[in-house]
Amino acid sequence: MRGSGVVTAGSGRRNTLPGFGLTMGLTLTWLSVIILIPLAGLFLKTFELSFAEFANIVTSRRTLNALKISFGLAFGAALVNLVMGSIVVWALVRYRFPGRRIFDAIVDIPFALPTAVAGIALTSLFAQKGWLGAPLAELGIKVAFTPLGIFIAMIFIGIPFVVRTVQPVLIDLDPEIEEAAASLGANRWQTIWRVILPSLIPALLTGFALAFARAVGEYGSVIFIAGNLPNVSEIAPLLIVIRLSEFRYADATAIAVVMLIVAFLIILVVNRLQYWAQTRIPVH
Amino acid sequence: MTIELTNITKNFGAFAALDGVDLKIADGELLALLGPSGSGKTTLLRIIAGLDWPDGGDVSFDGENALKRGAGERQVGFVFQHYALFRHMTVFENVAFGLRVKPRAIRKDEASIRARVKELLDLVQLDWLADRYPGQLSGGQRQRIALARALATEPRILLLDEPFGALDAKVRKELRRWLRSLHEEINVTSVFVTHDQEEALEVANRVVVMDKGKIEQVGTPGEVYDYPATAFVHGFIGESVVLPVNVAEGRVWIGDQPLNITAPNVGGPSKLYVRRHDMQVGSESIGLRGAVRHVRSFGAIQRADIAVCAGGNETLIEIDTPRDHALRTGETVELHPRRFRIFAD
Ligand SMILES: Nc1ncnc2c1ncn2[C@@H]1O[C@H](COP(=O)(O)OP(=O)(O)OP(=O)(O)O)[C@@H](O)[C@H]1O
Ligand SMILES: [Mg+2]
Repeated sequence: MRGSGVVTAGSGRRNTLPGFGLTMGLTLTWLSVIILIPLAGLFLKTFELSFAEFANIVTSRRTLNALKISFGLAFGAALVNLVMGSIVVWALVRYRFPGRRIFDAIVDIPFALPTAVAGIALTSLFAQKGWLGAPLAELGIKVAFTPLGIFIAMIFIGIPFVVRTVQPVLIDLDPEIEEAAASLGANRWQTIWRVILPSLIPALLTGFALAFARAVGEYGSVIFIAGNLPNVSEIAPLLIVIRLSEFRYADATAIAVVMLIVAFLIILVVNRLQYWAQTRIPVH
Repeated sequence: MTIELTNITKNFGAFAALDGVDLKIADGELLALLGPSGSGKTTLLRIIAGLDWPDGGDVSFDGENALKRGAGERQVGFVFQHYALFRHMTVFENVAFGLRVKPRAIRKDEASIRARVKELLDLVQLDWLADRYPGQLSGGQRQRIALARALATEPRILLLDEPFGALDAKVRKELRRWLRSLHEEINVTSVFVTHDQEEALEVANRVVVMDKGKIEQVGTPGEVYDYPATAFVHGFIGESVVLPVNVAEGRVWIGDQPLNITAPNVGGPSKLYVRRHDMQVGSESIGLRGAVRHVRSFGAIQRADIAVCAGGNETLIEIDTPRDHALRTGETVELHPRRFRIFAD
């Protein structure tokens, strides 16, 4: 229960788990080839720019707005997914209702669907004459070709991340924990709030981080519904593509580098939070 | 608080986990539920706690119907076999949980809650662990924290499901003694489940022996050991030697050999039950004899495998005798049960 199977390098003590050197070497090589080298290329490309040029590009109004739209909406969408995803997970795991398996399968659709298909489907659904767009338009709400459309597309593609990370943890949660709470006099709400939710926090944070990362990087499904008006509904990945099509490669990579750094920082924070939550709940 | 169970039945699908259980538990008693795996002990405990509902029968506390109240309203403290501690809370918060979730109107203030938790941690002698998380405790410590948590709200009944099941023999012994003295101190009506007979006999005032969803016998540890009511109890508690016999008109036959003992209330094919240490080897003859097959000696006793001829078949029994009369492999000996019971098949 205490030894969690973690082997620390350089602890000066021979560990019992063999193959540390081999797996560590493979891990580092693999991560380098797949992730680090391409990223290094990205950074190198930006060095074609002087610092002033770099600063100019990334602080231009259009870039800043695109970044704000991408990160802000992605964060909001991840929050919505966190809340709604938890509710969906709860229903899927805790209740038996007709069609449960079908709903369970539906959750994966945003994973599987080509993003362009999702984008086109959402656009036609929310267009002024679409099934949902028409009634919403009557209420004066315009979704397609506005930031709201981007938001909805980001929610759409993010939901499976929350559901699929939290689901197994909730399934494995010991029912005796809840019975203990009930027998100690806690009502249903207190049990959920004080016992179940805290046990799910690490998984919820992971789900949130994944949904957020995916939404920040999402391109295919967003550009169809976004309208892509500079400064209003233009996401950062689209701006990068635009710069590329204008052959302004250095500009494109500069924006990419900023996205990378911000995303990395946010994920780092979430990781720390997760680590903190997990060490408070030592794993069995 | 007295507990009265009347004709409790509980089915899981077609399987009867509890089949007409009647039991009265007196105020302040420390009762052991003893039985083999799957006999329905946990199910019965959960029904008393309100974590499960019977399909038939009544549960009453102090003469009042308990079934119309949920688990949280029964004032029952439940200690789970695997502790079920809240892993994300410190030991302190685990124990405080029951006090913190009370409705605001009757909830104590923070200072009283702290004092009460401190008191309980002192009671289980683990106040120095207050700031640890359950994952950082040993099994025995977790068990005691689970007990402290259950006691925090001053339950009127304490239920423990195999409280020492997951612990090693030495810790079990310690905790057993500790539970007994704790019970003497707080004197709350308690029921604990075990499938360890030694534990039941040593700790409890009264023992309930269960098998296949039914109660086989209720009695003091001495009663169930010395006067088992059924063949099952005789076989389950203590070490028994069992021989197939036939009873006709009060006379007992083993195969075609009559035995010089009587069995007034039984008839037909039966089993003769003798405690292992009650089977004597000696001169006195009741007509039961067997061939010594194998002898092992340790300490003050020798243990022998003896083949008894019963009809055409041989039955191999294991007995304990003092070493002053040395047994030799191959010799035929007279067997004489000092005390015995005969149960019809
Ligand atoms: N939720 C359930 N669904 C189906 N069958 C169950 C359920 N709970 C218990 N049973 C069955 O009821 C019987 C009694 O179970 P119970 O847990 O009361 O046994 P026990 O005496 O506590 O055994 P052990 O000593 O192994 O804990 C078992 O055969 C078990 O398989
Ligand atoms: Mg059990």
